[in-house]
Amino acid sequence: MLAAGPPAEGGWLVATILWPVIALLLVIAGGERFAARVGVLALPVGLAIAVVVALGVSGAGELGYHVGGWAPPLGIALRADGLSAAMLLVTAVVASGAGIYALADFGTPRVGSSGRTSLAFWASLLGAWAALNLAFLGNDLFNLYVALELLTFAAVPLVSLDGRAATLQAALRYLLYALVGSVLYLLGAVLLYGAYGTLDMGLLAEAARPEPATWAAAALMTAGLFAKTALFPLHLWLPPAHAGAPPAASAVLSALVVKGSFFIVLRLWFDALPGLATAAAMQFIGLLGAGAILYGSALALRQQRLKLLVAYSTVAQIGYLFLVFPLAFDAAAGRLVAGAALTGGLLQAVSHALAKAAMFMSAGLIAVAFGHDRIAELGGLARARPASLLAFALAGVSLVGLPPSGGFAAKWLLLSAAVSTGQWWWAAVIVTGGLLTGAYLVLVLMRALAEPAATAAPLRPVAAWREAAPLVLALLAVLMGLAGVLP
Amino acid sequence: MSPTTLYSLCGAALVGIGLYGLLTDPRVLRKIIAFNLVGSGVFLLFGVVARRGADAGLSGDPVPQALVITGIVVAFSATALAVALLLRLHETGGGATLEAAAEGESTERPAS
Repeated sequence: MLAAGPPAEGGWLVATILWPVIALLLVIAGGERFAARVGVLALPVGLAIAVVVALGVSGAGELGYHVGGWAPPLGIALRADGLSAAMLLVTAVVASGAGIYALADFGTPRVGSSGRTSLAFWASLLGAWAALNLAFLGNDLFNLYVALELLTFAAVPLVSLDGRAATLQAALRYLLYALVGSVLYLLGAVLLYGAYGTLDMGLLAEAARPEPATWAAAALMTAGLFAKTALFPLHLWLPPAHAGAPPAASAVLSALVVKGSFFIVLRLWFDALPGLATAAAMQFIGLLGAGAILYGSALALRQQRLKLLVAYSTVAQIGYLFLVFPLAFDAAAGRLVAGAALTGGLLQAVSHALAKAAMFMSAGLIAVAFGHDRIAELGGLARARPASLLAFALAGVSLVGLPPSGGFAAKWLLLSAAVSTGQWWWAAVIVTGGLLTGAYLVLVLMRALAEPAATAAPLRPVAAWREAAPLVLALLAVLMGLAGVLP
Repeated sequence: MSPTTLYSLCGAALVGIGLYGLLTDPRVLRKIIAFNLVGSGVFLLFGVVARRGADAGLSGDPVPQALVITGIVVAFSATALAVALLLRLHETGGGATLEAAAEGESTERPAS
């Protein structure tokens, strides 16, 4: 049972969810002309609220709030712990970066152009932000279902903003995967409610017993969430959807949206059903994660186009998140324990969010400058647009896991957990994945550092300020590892 | 066979039929209808749970009924979104299946 935090600080949790919704309504009310202005003004306020919540969590350890003053099992509780606070913060940072970057694509519409795309972008960005915050704070499995669905409804329009047939197809395929995922999740939730009469995670943790109904519910919910997180082999929707979206939207989708459903998997296994984990089930989840790392990296190596390479890299990096489950399993106690492996997984989620957002944004700028994103024809990039390439490379440093990046700290914690629990095979997967990541990023860098082909068309101009957002996000990803050194 | 058993078996059958359709039929409209079948099966299970969990004084447990209303709204919105996307896809000449999507084309920019 969670202790209700001080009301004032608990109230900030509500503000975290409500502010993007209020801003979303203002964007729609303001219409096409004011969408970008309202949206961009809403970003710093949301960031400030996330900082207040994070400070509150670091002071009190945990914040709670009972919506409407009703305690579970009748009411719905919101809860913020360290995991939530970290995810809230990184979501606010990445959403702000994506918003600033998007001002060039989805700013105030020029005379004669339709601003509907701009309106759709800002509404979807704020909607996804609200849904993510709800997913990070919800303590009730049905409440989390609503968060998942809101997230899907906000993310699908982001995929098909440009309205071409290929992206519409990608969006539709994404929506169908997501709907199967959420209906399986809902089926699991009804089984849990039927068995225990509550969907509050704190109460479920006390009541749940390892029996067939719980097993079936956990399996259904986990499978549904895997489809939404695009864990191998349910990743097929991700590359076309993330690579086809406009860069600012890709950044949000790849960095944040897939983390929402991953976070709910964490909550489900660590908080709601901690006693249900078995060694075989956790090894199986780890096996899917390892499959994602190896398969995603191998396919990234084979891509001809930069944005698809970055999208397949997301498939691979998602795999690391799921290595948490075998590594956090305490075989002696027969349950999952929150330790170094969980911290490593959280760091991976945060550092990948920063790095991947930076990578998609810089890939977008490169595509604007060249008019295409064929990797083989990127010669001259280093001389023409050094800042874009620097952002891409710094983000790559974190993805590969070189010190002092956040990716290094994450993979180091996962590796040491693998060694200390004697599961050397996961250590081998982590190291192999790092090598493959290094290989596909070095291939891009080699092309970018080469001389331009004699027949290459002149590059189009790109405003220098657009390079700021990816550079800052990539620097944050690289420097994040240093934050672990500080107390 | 008690009514709750009968209804839960119906719910399970609906979920099964719907999932089969979702996985095997290539036509998107059929997939959307199949998703609604699965949804109906799950909602029926909510009803069964509400009846089974009823306390002595009440004819049904109100919590699953509240949840199922939310679920129906969400499924309705999802269906509307999917149909709107499908219509737009059809208008832009993409057909009504997902088979033609070639991954290599998906990053082709309009400018290039």
